[in-house]
Amino acid sequence: MAERERKGAPPFGGSFVAKATVMDAEQIRRAVKRMAHEILERNGGLDDVVIVGLQTGGIEPALHLVEAFETIEGTRPPLGSVDVAFHRDDIGLRPVLPEAPTDIPTELTGATVILVDDVLFTGRTVRAALDALNDFGRPRSVQLAVMVDRGHRELPIRADYVGKNLPSARSEVVNVTMSGVEIGEMQK
Amino acid sequence: MKHLLSIDELTTDELQELLRITPSFAEVASRRIAKVPALRGLTVATLFYEDSTRTRLSFEVAAKRLSADTLNVSVASSSVNKGESLRDTAETIEAMGIDAVVVRHASSGAPWQLTKWLDASVINAGDGWHQHPTQALLDCFTLQQELGSLEGRHIAIVGDIKHSRVARSDVSAFTRLGATVTLVAPPTLLPPATETWPVTVSHDLDSVLTDVDAVYLLRMQKERMRESLVPDLREYTALYGLTAARASKLGTKIPILHPGPMNRGVEIAADVPDLDQVVVVDQVRNGVAVRMAVLFMLLGSGNSGLPTDSLPAMAEEVPA
Repeated sequence: MAERERKGAPPFGGSFVAKATVMDAEQIRRAVKRMAHEILERNGGLDDVVIVGLQTGGIEPALHLVEAFETIEGTRPPLGSVDVAFHRDDIGLRPVLPEAPTDIPTELTGATVILVDDVLFTGRTVRAALDALNDFGRPRSVQLAVMVDRGHRELPIRADYVGKNLPSARSEVVNVTMSGVEIGEMQK
Repeated sequence: MKHLLSIDELTTDELQELLRITPSFAEVASRRIAKVPALRGLTVATLFYEDSTRTRLSFEVAAKRLSADTLNVSVASSSVNKGESLRDTAETIEAMGIDAVVVRHASSGAPWQLTKWLDASVINAGDGWHQHPTQALLDCFTLQQELGSLEGRHIAIVGDIKHSRVARSDVSAFTRLGATVTLVAPPTLLPPATETWPVTVSHDLDSVLTDVDAVYLLRMQKERMRESLVPDLREYTALYGLTAARASKLGTKIPILHPGPMNRGVEIAADVPDLDQVVVVDQVRNGVAVRMAVLFMLLGSGNSGLPTDSLPAMAEEVPA
């Protein structure tokens, strides 16, 4: 879960209380490696592949994916990041500020973009990210890799590569770091 | 945060938060397609009762980069010339459906007055000799770019402090970010009661320049100088102007700032603005990014209208 969501959680300033650990560091490492293989298989290598992490939760998984590619293939695809704050559909409804400047290292026209995020939930962040990518060219395709798919989609969006499918209640909160995935809730 | 009226009304946290998010807006402005839909459907009006090129344009560009619509009320060709009051003009443009008014006025306090009459957000783009908060923000951002941080840095503000809303805003912002400030000016161009300001005052530019991390030059405001406050401009230049000799003694590492427009040959020698350490162009570029951040903070970040307890629960609304 991104830091800004923690800050925006009700009541503002609430803290995350874990109920269960659903993945440990080793399981995450294996999932990242498997997703890297799946990406290589589907795209026939890394030609024209650009990895783009979503601020803030997708940054670390994106970096780990790139490192996995380096181990497997010996090359690192270009790595960028996108902050969707300016493209969200809830601007003006809640306090959301940008986290870090968007950094797209290469022209995206003709590229295969792998969007990376930690948790796929309603799909609204991914919609905003697709919108944001438009400003940087017309990719040949955009694929989505997430560490956890927890369901509850509100838009017609699905992931191409999933670390773990995690059934959850709407009110629960999933916290992803590279040392573990926890499910819990926000408390005062 | 609904209005931005004075730099003093921002908490130091808000000031730092604005400076933290500004690079995200600078990145948008640097894109090939330099426009994001953040403030789509909102309207920003600029209402300038004093001349301005860069501030008005800067706000207009900032609003357009965020997809807001902009309205320019050109006072020179408006009903103001027929004697319409500030209140009537403001209420007229608000009735057309605007979300923010950017106002510049010769009278100190005019933007505060507007907040009593309007529902829209009010942004002070300069009121008399009083405040110019977005200028202070862009100056802080530019100095951070040049110096890394303002903490422990020594900044000299040189020139017509008395008539300068820029100086008043900058002193507050610079010192709250940890800098020490020395005002350098002839006694006639200092405001009364500088002893209550968090600054030191000097009348000797050359000695101050031996120990500074940045120099901020102010414009000699000839249009405000109805009384003769300096014997003549050439003497002012000799004592308080950044001459080529002073600039070369300063070296190439010390950034030189100026809010513009520059009077070449008065507060700054004719060829000094072309030196590399003069960051006036960066100030203008950063001005757009800072004003985008301010508009987004006031209109787009959800801090303005709704009380926080009326927000929907996070789990239903915030995508993970």
